[in-house]
Amino acid sequence: MTDASHDVLICGGGLAGGSLALALAGSGLRVALVDALPLAVRADAAFDGRAYALAHASVRMLRALGVWQQVAALSQPILGVRAVDGRVGAPPSPLALSLGDELEEGALGAMVEDRVLRPALMAALAAAPRVTQFAGARVIAQETGPGEAAVTLDTGARLAAPLLVGADGRRSGTAARAGLRRTVTAYGQTAIVCAITHDCPHGGIALQRFLPAGPLAILPLPGNHASIVWSEAEAQAAALLALPAEDFLAALAPRLGHGLGRVAMAGARWSYPLELSLAESMVAPRLALVGEAAHAVHPVAGQGLNLGLRDVAALAAVLAEARSRGEDPGGAQVLARYARWRGFDTAAMAAATDLFTRVFSNDLPGLRGLRRLGMAAVTAVGPLRRALAREAAGLAGDLPPLMRGEAPGG
Amino acid sequence: MPADTSVDPAEIAKFERMAAEWWDPEGKFKPLHMLNPCRLEYVAAQVAAEFGRDRRADLPFAGLRLLDIGCGGGLLCEPMARLGAAVTGVDAAARNIPVARLHAAQSGLAIDYRVGTAEELLSAGERFDVVLNMEVVEHVPDPAAYLGACAGLLNPGGLMLTSTINRNARSFALAIVGAEWVMRWLPKGTHEWRKFITPDELEALLAGAGLEPVDRKGFVFNPLAWSWRLSDRDLSVNYVTAAVRPRRP
Repeated sequence: MTDASHDVLICGGGLAGGSLALALAGSGLRVALVDALPLAVRADAAFDGRAYALAHASVRMLRALGVWQQVAALSQPILGVRAVDGRVGAPPSPLALSLGDELEEGALGAMVEDRVLRPALMAALAAAPRVTQFAGARVIAQETGPGEAAVTLDTGARLAAPLLVGADGRRSGTAARAGLRRTVTAYGQTAIVCAITHDCPHGGIALQRFLPAGPLAILPLPGNHASIVWSEAEAQAAALLALPAEDFLAALAPRLGHGLGRVAMAGARWSYPLELSLAESMVAPRLALVGEAAHAVHPVAGQGLNLGLRDVAALAAVLAEARSRGEDPGGAQVLARYARWRGFDTAAMAAATDLFTRVFSNDLPGLRGLRRLGMAAVTAVGPLRRALAREAAGLAGDLPPLMRGEAPGG
Repeated sequence: MPADTSVDPAEIAKFERMAAEWWDPEGKFKPLHMLNPCRLEYVAAQVAAEFGRDRRADLPFAGLRLLDIGCGGGLLCEPMARLGAAVTGVDAAARNIPVARLHAAQSGLAIDYRVGTAEELLSAGERFDVVLNMEVVEHVPDPAAYLGACAGLLNPGGLMLTSTINRNARSFALAIVGAEWVMRWLPKGTHEWRKFITPDELEALLAGAGLEPVDRKGFVFNPLAWSWRLSDRDLSVNYVTAAVRPRRP
């Protein structure tokens, strides 16, 4: 049975796919949203331990979609960013990068935990008109015809639409079935993610410590809470994850610096292997990729989700414009506009985070000196610091309407 | 679906190839594809303004009967059908019609495609709310007679959009030397410069046909962005006009 009553078919109901569905539905398009996992599994608080550093522009977009209003009270504004170079146990270098009040728009961004954001997005989707969800259904076949793309689900249903969107993550089956190849570079690092409580207030400062084995981020959560993203060499990370909680804390504490006072673990530990994974193209006939399906980058600058949301905002803008002119949403010209808009940004971010990781994840004395000087130089030079702050807040470049805070269909 | 069931499979295969060619943005009709978003933007905006429609609504042009003269593969017809208009496309070149029909079927759109001319539709008594007359008038032998027939196809209060190429040194340089000789976007001899019409001449012709000109804009190619945009001021090469048939003569 073929159901042809959709304009866009999205595979992957995570943060990128879900926010795209909301944005498209808001501009009048009818969306089918397919995800292999049942809704209850994704809404569970233990599903994902990460917290997100959302850039200012990403917060604006989630507000325009009506999601941010539900999570704002549980989020922590990022009032400043500090990046310091260091070695375990040694005091941090005084030559550090520091950003704070450079933006007239307000905070650089906000921290929010996945267990807060994801259920809020799912609640908004459940209430959205024009979004039909197919949850707990796996795609078993995919084909592209002259006028439509179609997928067959393991439930036997066949869904077709003029445009298929792959939002199914770094192992995107949608991209693979379309014949798009990927370039994958493993960093040999694993990110250990956990939350801590601490005695002294964090002041809303996101702190990135560059340690020889990999970066460690201390990201502020509401109250005296912080989310830790600790990147370590794979074998070392596996050993750390196997430790009992108190031994793990004993290994973590000296890496945190001294500002937070006494610390304690808050909840479980999660781990994520780190890699750079780029699809060879963001589009194919009747297919567009968004988020990690197009590009999974190192979390070093906290840009992964922000990059994905920029894809979503750009694709939503291109498709809303196409709809208002009656253009085929899956037509080659419409998709080329999306690819042009996103292509440069994606390549630049992948290259920057890759370079960052390689320059900082080592202990070569000469390089250490240079990177400390570099960070101090950026901090000292006002215009450079402001430019970096605008970049970090996602306010640089050609912003799609959603990231200027305009509601879809508005 | 091709309406004529007597068409043989080899013919259908040929139409499929031609449809793919018509609709390939990098193919033979690339210049038309490049101009098309700009044309569509103008058409959608003018129709919405004239008939008080909200372009963000579902099927904003529902209830409007629209004719595209010189429809080719359906590059304008399909978007207008997607916006809800009841679309008729005519082309004097018979080979375009089965191609356009096939592509509309592939796109799941119902469009009434016919081989024919404006004059034939007029004598058949057909009337429309919107007539699209895009890049045709510079190719006809008698523009005044042709535009008279087009105007006769409009219901009272109906809207006709006419685009063509201006006649001046710049249009000669860009539309003939540039597009035909240098870029090879169009086959040599596609256009005869002396048949080009200035905006004032066109508006006089439209007024002579009983229509009231209401708007004019330029289509301007930006070589840096490699795309076309609408301009209020620069009508020096490609341009488009909107004219309405008064409700009372």
